[in-house]
Amino acid sequence: MAHEATMSPLAHADDHHGEHHETPNVFGFWLYLMTDCILFGSIFAAFAVLRNQYAGGPSGKELFDLTNVGIETAILLFSSITYGFASLNALAKNKTMVLLWLAVTFVLGVSFVGLELNEFSSMIAEGNGPDRSAFLSAFFTLVGTHGLHVTCGLIWMVVLMVQMMGPQDLSERMMNKLACLSLFWHFLDIVWICVFSFVYLAGVM
Amino acid sequence: MLGKLSLSAIPLDVPILVGTFLGVAVIGLAVLGAVTYYGKWGYLWRDWLTTVDHKRLAVMYIILAIVMLFRGFADAIMMRTQLALAYKGNPGYLPPHHYDQIFSAHGTIMIFFMAMAFMTGLMNLVVPLQIGARDVAFPFLNSLSFYMTLVGALLINISLFIGEFAQCGWLVYPPLSEMQFSPGVGVDYYIWAVQISGVGTLLTGVNFFTTIVKMRAPGMGWMQMPVFTWTAFCTTVLIMVSFPVLTVTLALLSLDRYLGMHFFTNDAGGNVMLYLSMIWTWGHPEVYILVIPAFGVFSEVTATFSQKPLFGYKTMVYATCSIMVLSFVVWVHHFFTMGAGANVNTFFGIMTMIIAVPTGVKIFNWLFTMYKGRVEFTAPMHWTLGFMITFSIGGMTGVMMAMPAADWILHNSLFLIAHFHNVIIGGVYFGYIAGMGFWFPKAFGFKLNEAWGKRAFWCWFVGFYLAFIPLYVLGLEGMTRRMNHYDNPDWYPWMLVAEVGAIVIALGIVCQLTQLYVSIRDRNLPENLDLTGDPWNGRTLEWSISSPPPAYNFAVIPDIHGLDTFHTEKQLGLKAHGKPLAPIHMPKNTSAGVFIGLFSFILGFASIWYIWWLAAIGLIGIVATMILRSADRDVDYYVPVSEIEHNEEVYSRRIAAAQAAE
Repeated sequence: MAHEATMSPLAHADDHHGEHHETPNVFGFWLYLMTDCILFGSIFAAFAVLRNQYAGGPSGKELFDLTNVGIETAILLFSSITYGFASLNALAKNKTMVLLWLAVTFVLGVSFVGLELNEFSSMIAEGNGPDRSAFLSAFFTLVGTHGLHVTCGLIWMVVLMVQMMGPQDLSERMMNKLACLSLFWHFLDIVWICVFSFVYLAGVM
Repeated sequence: MLGKLSLSAIPLDVPILVGTFLGVAVIGLAVLGAVTYYGKWGYLWRDWLTTVDHKRLAVMYIILAIVMLFRGFADAIMMRTQLALAYKGNPGYLPPHHYDQIFSAHGTIMIFFMAMAFMTGLMNLVVPLQIGARDVAFPFLNSLSFYMTLVGALLINISLFIGEFAQCGWLVYPPLSEMQFSPGVGVDYYIWAVQISGVGTLLTGVNFFTTIVKMRAPGMGWMQMPVFTWTAFCTTVLIMVSFPVLTVTLALLSLDRYLGMHFFTNDAGGNVMLYLSMIWTWGHPEVYILVIPAFGVFSEVTATFSQKPLFGYKTMVYATCSIMVLSFVVWVHHFFTMGAGANVNTFFGIMTMIIAVPTGVKIFNWLFTMYKGRVEFTAPMHWTLGFMITFSIGGMTGVMMAMPAADWILHNSLFLIAHFHNVIIGGVYFGYIAGMGFWFPKAFGFKLNEAWGKRAFWCWFVGFYLAFIPLYVLGLEGMTRRMNHYDNPDWYPWMLVAEVGAIVIALGIVCQLTQLYVSIRDRNLPENLDLTGDPWNGRTLEWSISSPPPAYNFAVIPDIHGLDTFHTEKQLGLKAHGKPLAPIHMPKNTSAGVFIGLFSFILGFASIWYIWWLAAIGLIGIVATMILRSADRDVDYYVPVSEIEHNEEVYSRRIAAAQAAE
């Protein structure tokens, strides 16, 4: 009647005490990501309702520069691949390479956020800030929330890199953290694909 | 430097508030003084404030809930008194500006800080024990969740004495809550208090879902889970799906207020209806988040005190799950009058009526559990019976309002107020109090006084009907909610009856306090002590261990062979396990939760008052504490076998003493 998934990890630890038991971190993080998914879903819903409310201001067609967005997208997607390399090296216990690939991912992430801030600031400078119309409020909030998530991911990445150089090394706990950040990073990629399609592409077409 | 904050923010001109402040200050100083006098700061810090033990967090949650009940009830009786006075030219004693804050605060506090805190407290106390786990999946997050809830409660209460609270109802509908119409800090207090506690609730949801999925004792499949755990499970699903929507809704409102955006404004393309839809996408599941665990309590209480297994365990589980799913497709019934159109309203009307079906299944299950059982009429059983009657009436008035045509007349009237108090007091509150009486001995090792418990029940039961049946009548007579004064002579007598009801409920609360006092005073009397850990001849795992349980709950994780295994084994006279003891791996206490709470408070308070440098300090503090915590490698320890053996021996001696006494 008992099956693996319902076994208490603590009970498990009783059988081989001395070992660190695994807390169900990655499972819990998955759940958190699903709640984050609903969070983004709600903002997408708000955007869907307000996307045509220009209030006499500019529409997406006039504002969006697809080349810039294309570069952003390429950078973010590429950073997922480089994070993947970091994960593979972590499994191979090759710490130097993990740090290297994380550094590459970090640089890509920072460039993404930089390009986004650049886009935002030029729009605001032209008087098309988030207070211009409901459409722009929704646009800035949706894209900005994604950008904020990426920024948090970047801070998290730095913290992990520093910790990895310290006593935590590539311990079980660190592997769990890397797995969680990996989920987070790839999740943000998926969200970005939705932003790219429903906000930028649909806005221009 | 201090943003909007200045001395004029302190309402020295409102005598009620000055009096309240003095009262709170005196009681607060007395408590602090007592802790200092008895030298208990170290104990409080080490054993309670920094604890990650789910049982202690549960106690702190429930204490918070009871304190918030006083605050919320004080608001309630002030409103009733106002309406008993403010008739025919008499303005009453509460000016509209103050009265509006009171009804907004009453709803916010009762839902977010009384009911949610109570529910989380019960879940914390019971769920790990019922599934045979030694703690929750993420003990540190559990402590953090508590502090987030506490900070929310603090912010909302500080608004009494510094500044003001929102004046636009407990869900702060725009456009009234926008900067244009509410330029003060009231709505900001609301937003930050609810947002911060909402993060805590979301973490609780993730935490308990993981706990229930991953940490059940070996052999406990889904259909061997106790019903309370099932209801807690459904509630965590609802929390995880609905709370992010609340977070977004309030975030969008704050963007409107702080950055001049146009989500819900009247101008520049904002859409007020979007807010209503979003807030109720969270709001309707929220009422089920509150009531489903109460259903779980009633199931445990009815089965235990009827000395029978629960009738229709499986249908109970399926009914709970159906309610969980249906709660997401009924939200529009909160605003049928918005103009969504006949087809949309019809769909949501029918869906709302359908919810009555699984709820009816539950009522029949409880009735059939009692049928031919040897029912013991204890205080928790009183609350349960009171619930069955009251909740059925509330449910039926709910079905009435589910008809869009009828709702068109009843919308925003006192009929609605009567309806939802009927289900929330009769369902949620009665359930939590039944649960508190039922599990109190588990948490503290002695029982609550029965006589005072029953007196409290009768006051609440009678008081409820006196206070709210008049509101049904008034609603049908056309009295709307949130009214500050009125001239209609037909309404006046009913308002007086409602006031009497509120006073009877106040007596009920006094009885409950007396019950706590008497129970603590007489805790060492042999008839009150719970030596065996199983005072009610219980059915589920929490009764298989000592009261209060050791920090690690189970010396040996039990093996489960079916529903109510503990009860079956007790009947068969089987003695537990025989498994060898082993050192137990446990999480260490941590102060990180306290500090993140403190910094969240700073962030919230500073943002409410536009003190941006202080808000930055709060934010940096939160992030820094999280980073430090993530670098901390000293987070766990092992309980040695000798200590477990010692505890087990003390427990068996207590059982022997109890048997000798019989």
